[in-house]
Amino acid sequence: MSKNTVSDRFRKVDVDEYDENKFVDEEDGGENQMGPDEAEVDSLIRQGSLMGALQAVLKNPPINTKNQNVKDRAEGLVLKVLSSFKSADIEKAVQSLDKNSVDLLMKYIYKGFERPSENSSTVLLQWHEKALSAGGVGCIVRVLTARKTV
Amino acid sequence: MSIYTFGLEPLSCHAWNKDRTQIAISPNSNVVHIYQKSGKEWNKIHELTEHSGRITGVDWAPETNRIVTCASDRNAYVWTLKDGVWKPTLVLVRINRAATCVKWSPMENKFALGSGAKLISVCYFEKENDWWLSKHIKKGICSTVLSLDWHPNNVLLAAGSADLHCRVFSAYIKDIEEKPGPTPWGSKMPFGEVLFEHKECGGWVHSVSFSPSGDTLAWVSHNSSISVADGPRGKQVTHLTTDNLPLMSVIYVTENDIVAAGHDCCPYQFSYIGPEALGFVKKLDVPKQSSKGSMSAMQHFRNLDKKATTEEDHNEMETLHQNSITQLCIVEGPKTNVEKYSSVGLDGAMVVWTFKPSSLQ
Repeated sequence: MSKNTVSDRFRKVDVDEYDENKFVDEEDGGENQMGPDEAEVDSLIRQGSLMGALQAVLKNPPINTKNQNVKDRAEGLVLKVLSSFKSADIEKAVQSLDKNSVDLLMKYIYKGFERPSENSSTVLLQWHEKALSAGGVGCIVRVLTARKTV
Repeated sequence: MSIYTFGLEPLSCHAWNKDRTQIAISPNSNVVHIYQKSGKEWNKIHELTEHSGRITGVDWAPETNRIVTCASDRNAYVWTLKDGVWKPTLVLVRINRAATCVKWSPMENKFALGSGAKLISVCYFEKENDWWLSKHIKKGICSTVLSLDWHPNNVLLAAGSADLHCRVFSAYIKDIEEKPGPTPWGSKMPFGEVLFEHKECGGWVHSVSFSPSGDTLAWVSHNSSISVADGPRGKQVTHLTTDNLPLMSVIYVTENDIVAAGHDCCPYQFSYIGPEALGFVKKLDVPKQSSKGSMSAMQHFRNLDKKATTEEDHNEMETLHQNSITQLCIVEGPKTNVEKYSSVGLDGAMVVWTFKPSSLQ
């Protein structure tokens, strides 16, 4: 009989880490990415300038950083802006965005779907519908294929 | 455009003979069928059965009339027609993973084979020993090579791979050819040298294609985008993201017009005039006008009852192809002015499309 039949710790070893041919993504210095400016976005929301807040929150996406806090904070901020829109204004807001911003918005929307809270799914679904008509399925494909995302 | 269905199985790949009277296709199996055209019908005349794995690539050299096939069984065979029968010759590609794609070079004295072994095998015939030899290109490739295309100078080779990179290599084999002259991609071309590399193409690079002059290189990747690299203009890369499902195959039909098709089951036309000037032109499959017959009230309520919708039954796609297009191929016309091109797809159909250059419309 083999020596060690009691412990099954070996099953939890991540063998991929020891594979010398493992595919590693290119490292892109993202340590300085801080995500959208919280103060700026908050003040724009308070002023009622929601379109401006949307533009501001889609700036500086924390794509390259490995810091999960920065990403969570950015996601929370985006959710706050998206929830403060009235349903009727969503379509116009999405129309005002350029292609790259629509792709980025879709990334945040799907990130938001991952952790649903009280009312977030309804809001996100409304935004998803409008973003889909603006960006098409290609936009969603880019969310799925992006190696580095928000 | 004309459509012909070769059965229910998806068509993995296809290749035409020189005068386009015969077509070699593989119906997602380890066999290649050769069909002969007679009128509007296609009749099967040959079956090439030597591979033990699913055939992943077929290419037919028009001048020398040789067929090269590659499969997931890690082998490639070169077939020559002797006395009306296709005879296979094994090629020693020396790969330890499946082959994914194969292409004859423009002068048909060698061919390139992409594989899952993270390398490209460039094979040529050595007369002394009467066999096919191969040389490997490995530099920088970190994952499966998904697509290949030769530059018209018979030396440069573009490769798209699953490591999200698109590269141009030199496949210069000094035993069989002269040293090539300088090109916009570079002037020093030792075998295996990387002359151009674009990282982060956004997704797996499904297909690459050189323009007829070889000056620009187009590729499509899995993030639903098409990109063009401009050799003479500093190898600058221009991207265009599309709103559709990813494209799987791309070909140049003139020096500036590109046709690409993929999971949307429909070919699209793009045009590239210069850096930052890559634009979508139009959809090339005009959907047939579906005859909307008037529905009786009875049908209306029956639909509502059975399917909870009053819309008409949409079982068929509006496009000619009913499933993703896997490969495009030039049929008629010189590379600079393609008149017809063909597409095969997962629906088992082959469609021949006519291309009208925009200036004539």
